[in-house]
Amino acid sequence: MKKNIFKSAAAIALAAAAAISVAGCKESGNAGSGSDDALVIGMIGPLTGGAASYGIAVKNGAQLAVDEINANGGVNGMKLELKSQDDEHDAEKSVNAYNSLKDDGMKALVGTVTSAPCEAVSKVAAEDNMFLITPSGSSINCITAGDNCFRVCFTDPMQGAMAADYIADNLSAKKIGIIYDSSDTYSTGIVQGFEDEAANKGLTIAAKEAFTADSKTDFSVQIQKIADSGAEMLFLPFYYQEASLVLQQAEGKLNIPVMGGDGLDGLADPAILGEKLSVADGVLVMTPFAASSPDPKSKAFTEAYEAKFNETPIQFAADAYDAVYAIKMCLEKSGVNDPSISASDLCDKLKSAMTQIELDGITGKTTWGADGEPTKAPQVMKIAVNGDTAEYVNP
Amino acid sequence: MSFISYLVSGLSLGSIYALIALGYTMVYGIAKMLNFAHGDIIMVGGYAAFLAMSASWCPIWLAMIISVTVCTVLGVVIEKVAYRPLRSAPPLAVLITAIGVSYLLQNIALLTQSATPKTFKSIAAGAPPFLLVFEGKAPLFFTKLSDSPYGGESPVLTISMETFLAIVVSLVIMAALTLFINKTKAGKAMLACSEDRGAAQLMGINVNATISMTFAIGSALAAVAAMLMCSAYPLLSPTTGSMPGIKAFVAAVFGGIGSIPGAMIGGVLLGVIEQLSKAYISSQLSDAIVFLVLIVVLIIRPTGIMGKKISEKV
Repeated sequence: MKKNIFKSAAAIALAAAAAISVAGCKESGNAGSGSDDALVIGMIGPLTGGAASYGIAVKNGAQLAVDEINANGGVNGMKLELKSQDDEHDAEKSVNAYNSLKDDGMKALVGTVTSAPCEAVSKVAAEDNMFLITPSGSSINCITAGDNCFRVCFTDPMQGAMAADYIADNLSAKKIGIIYDSSDTYSTGIVQGFEDEAANKGLTIAAKEAFTADSKTDFSVQIQKIADSGAEMLFLPFYYQEASLVLQQAEGKLNIPVMGGDGLDGLADPAILGEKLSVADGVLVMTPFAASSPDPKSKAFTEAYEAKFNETPIQFAADAYDAVYAIKMCLEKSGVNDPSISASDLCDKLKSAMTQIELDGITGKTTWGADGEPTKAPQVMKIAVNGDTAEYVNP
Repeated sequence: MSFISYLVSGLSLGSIYALIALGYTMVYGIAKMLNFAHGDIIMVGGYAAFLAMSASWCPIWLAMIISVTVCTVLGVVIEKVAYRPLRSAPPLAVLITAIGVSYLLQNIALLTQSATPKTFKSIAAGAPPFLLVFEGKAPLFFTKLSDSPYGGESPVLTISMETFLAIVVSLVIMAALTLFINKTKAGKAMLACSEDRGAAQLMGINVNATISMTFAIGSALAAVAAMLMCSAYPLLSPTTGSMPGIKAFVAAVFGGIGSIPGAMIGGVLLGVIEQLSKAYISSQLSDAIVFLVLIVVLIIRPTGIMGKKISEKV
């Protein structure tokens, strides 16, 4: 018996050695790669925690794109595989997640989802020359670490400037009240862009009030000061959790129109405001994607997403979907057909292809510059509350 | 009239700080330890009320009782399991244990309730706000403008039921607590323990039972603070208690740790200073100003506003 086992083991070893020598040229030497015939795309974002709805949307959006691409035969004969890690919107955890995805054979990264972790991860990714495309990390420094970094969404200052343009061009309000989170790069970035552009467009900032991560429950003073300043419009450039508190506390005290950046996307979710959903009615949100849009591409995406995940997609899901398709276009353009290519070699190919493609995505027709910034037209949507449901409509 | 509105919001915030600070200060006064898990007991109280209220059969008053009971039991159990074995250990060991308990509670909440914030249903849901009509006449409160004899004048000040409750409930609890401590046997036993634990024991006071009772009262107050806080600011997450816990600790030190009136004054002052500095100096700098005031007070009166003067015995 013993001998037999030894023999068969030797035979297997021989066969394996032969197989390896045949496949030798394909070996990347990257320990612990994922499945052999799929190109692994990593995704990092908050899948739990306060910003979880963004991370989950990105994960689902990317998964939908990957599944569609695989169902249509993959890219250049390769299948794609998405591997996700949770970072709880924490920079340190995000870098850990990046390292563990690298151990899992990640060749390109869709992420990270939120700005502060993205700034940390992009620095490590730049050192590794790992291709990074963040669907939604919108602070300037998310993609300044190296030429390997790209993004799908607008930067914070760009978003602020566009909000000011929109108000100046489309609304009658001239005096703007701002509440912002002075401890958050996303929020301060938007405010900066907004103020600069507002000055050019003849808008005045009637009041600019701050809060910080340490005191983000009571906004009564900020709201009262905005009310006293005679502002005709309230601008809320931060995330929907705090915005839900601001809107509830402002109810009955401040009756002026409200506008926010894409961080307010998620406010329309009835789980956030519960019985007070009506306070979100009429809020303007800058989002390049709306699930209720009549555009056929958006419509198809929304239907597929709802069928698969049983919820309505938000902008972050659309950004992620476009990010995966951008990677697909670049893979096709550069003719990569070997999933075991090293991450660094792949990155060199992808980053030169990125500046040449034009993606007709669901967040708009997008091109990318060498700095990684997207060029596309902005879109403003309005939340319309109807009983205990809410949807986006054109303002 | 904005000033009054800022003042009211400061009073409401300060009342909640004061309720939490009472828990810190009582435990410090009697057990001579800083219970840093106090903030997290607030969080547990919030979740207990939230979970009870999400059951359709549970009316709000029952949810409140459940929340207070859960916190009381939790406080006593924590004291028995984590702090009592360390009664004769150096104070630093107990402090570290308290921080450990704080993380334990937070992580249990993360594990069982996830980090996604829950929307807390106000205990005063649906109650109309108070409206103050003032303009040149005697100030009058109404719950409906049409009740005003001055006609449908617009109110100069609107006070939500949550704000009103926070202030009134805190006042009532503080008064009751002061009476309890000064008038009942159990309260006097607490005073005796805080004065001199050894002598109290010699006089036949059960020190362990008294300390347990202190934790029970402090934790019950934490549950009340949790419900008031979550009703006024309706987002509940596993870290909900941390920041108010720290601010209340500051309030307790501010007022003089170990002193019950000190905790009330410290809490209310902290809330009012925080809101007024947001309003009149800078909303960007309000936290810095609060702590600056604290430093100045502690330089002038190192034992806090109501703290006892410590006379060195030679």
